[in-house]
Amino acid sequence: MLQTLRVENLNVNFTQRAAAIAAVRQVSLSVSPGECIGLVGESGSGKTQVFMAVMGLLAGNAVAEGSVRFGEEEILGLDRERLNRVRGSKLTMIFQDPMTTLTPHLKVGEQLAEVLVCHSGMSWNEARQSALRMLERVRVPEAPRRMSQYPHELSGGMRQRVMIGMSLLCEPALLIADEPTTALDVTVQAQIIELLRAVRAEAGMSLVLISHDLAVVAGLADRILVMYAGRIVENAAAAELFRQARHPYTAELLKCIPSLSGPRLERLPTLRGQPPRAGEELLGCAFAARCPRVAKRCRAERPLLQDGGNGAAVACHYPLP
Amino acid sequence: MSDSAAVEAAKHGERASQPLLQVRDLRVHFGARTALHDVTFDLFAGETLGLVGESGSGKSTLARAILRLVPAGGGSVLWRGRDLLSCDSGALRELRRELQIVFQDPLASLDPRMSVGESIAEPLRIFESRLTAAARGVRVAEMLRRVGLAADMMSRYPHEFSGGQCQRIGIARAMILRPKLLICDEPVSSLDVSIQGQIVNLLLDLQRDDATAMLFISHNLAVVRHLSHRILVMYSGTLVEIAARDALFSAPVHPYTRALLAAVPPLPAGRDPVSREPTQVEEIRRPVVGESAATTLPSGGCAFRDRCDYARTICETKVPLLENIAPGHWVACHRARELVS
Repeated sequence: MLQTLRVENLNVNFTQRAAAIAAVRQVSLSVSPGECIGLVGESGSGKTQVFMAVMGLLAGNAVAEGSVRFGEEEILGLDRERLNRVRGSKLTMIFQDPMTTLTPHLKVGEQLAEVLVCHSGMSWNEARQSALRMLERVRVPEAPRRMSQYPHELSGGMRQRVMIGMSLLCEPALLIADEPTTALDVTVQAQIIELLRAVRAEAGMSLVLISHDLAVVAGLADRILVMYAGRIVENAAAAELFRQARHPYTAELLKCIPSLSGPRLERLPTLRGQPPRAGEELLGCAFAARCPRVAKRCRAERPLLQDGGNGAAVACHYPLP
Repeated sequence: MSDSAAVEAAKHGERASQPLLQVRDLRVHFGARTALHDVTFDLFAGETLGLVGESGSGKSTLARAILRLVPAGGGSVLWRGRDLLSCDSGALRELRRELQIVFQDPLASLDPRMSVGESIAEPLRIFESRLTAAARGVRVAEMLRRVGLAADMMSRYPHEFSGGQCQRIGIARAMILRPKLLICDEPVSSLDVSIQGQIVNLLLDLQRDDATAMLFISHNLAVVRHLSHRILVMYSGTLVEIAARDALFSAPVHPYTRALLAAVPPLPAGRDPVSREPTQVEEIRRPVVGESAATTLPSGGCAFRDRCDYARTICETKVPLLENIAPGHWVACHRARELVS
């Protein structure tokens, strides 16, 4: 089956004060048509940079190497003009803070309509009508009135609805959502998760959900990939991952999430130490210094991501059974 | 303290002892907008009070108004019987050494040009000015050790530390005078989940060693649940529910508290090996519509009414006041008694 997206051996390096800092190392992943994957990791793990590279949105001091195939086309290193044919229409990305991605001086209706005029060649009149229908589809209350409002007049949750609507206008094959609910209150977060679930089912598109929060990803993703220090350390079906994480980092991370149910704890579970500094070169496993299962081999030899069957993979010399 | 205030205090905390902090009808205005509406609660010695609510609910404003970092528009803040809001600047300065605060953004709350040792020593220079530089150094080294950092880190600068380490430094600075009350304003919200537990446990250790009372502000209900004795829930500048921890999580009453608990995304089963009965929250789990509108407060009614499934005509016209529905359990909702049963 042709994958919607196939990333192979992706490396992203930043140049800082004449030194190269590796942010993404040897990342390979694929997204099938209609599939939702969750990419989870802590700050600095490289999860966002993987998809900034996919979208051709890396900062000026970053270089990506490897392969990114969107459908049949190699899109890594495409020039801006050819890339723009794909991104914004078939391949779209939304971010944590919609205020920084919406144009502040354009009315909501104009911003949405503009996408259709540019990408689909619609007339402005048609485009405005489609934009209104889209606002209704993403459950923006009082949609006709919102069309003539500016982004700052909308609440955070409504702005994120507008962004999701905008990203869906050209019926993308893949929507990448980077921390789409992180800036929102928990009651609004629940609404946006519900909306993503609904539009994904309606549109049959693929979805990549990037988040630091396993619980947010849990409600949507078919498959979860866990990143640590620039590498994917575990890839598993979501249900399987929550049933039994195999990488010790995933297992420890799950233990650290304080729970609303179960016994109250006198002390919260912790993960000792902290992640390696950005770009720090380590001989063995990047998690070795914090790992409860660490052995001599882990400090000397880096574990590779090993296929464990059923599409699951783990990068650990001594994975949990 | 007047008799009626004492009676009220006893009702709130259900304790015989004098509260450390008594906040009464505290009100804050920002221009025409009322950010805090008549907030009343007590805090007892050694107690951890969790304060939860969404952005714009007034949590941080409440913390700042208690410390007089923003001016109050009315009410009183009694600290061990003395009103912080009416005392002169000299007295306030003396009282402030007993009340310290830790902020959300650890890097922004440290002076980038001061070494970490200088930052931590700053409160000592102000409040214990007779200490020699050498004696200060000993106290700073001891404090660094207590927060889990090496003493030789005192000559380094904030940018050399990670977010979690900066928060340890902020806590060291707040705790070096051994305050009686530590206000923590979202102290772990900017930290990764693997680091959050370390900081929460550190706060719990320091609190136990120094018998410090804590007002712990967070939007993360699960964190608050594990460390608080009692919990305050705020919505749109108003306290809507006050309850002991277990009562709040197992039998929340205010429709907003219920919505807040229901909105927390659950982790799939299997993660938690402890089998359990579904809680009341899960049974009543339902999404709540809309968002809190900090800028358009309805006048003369309940602030939550437009999002509330239980709203009636009375909710449009009359502001619900905190009402005692069970020992130590207070709810500001016209339909609280129906919702309990």
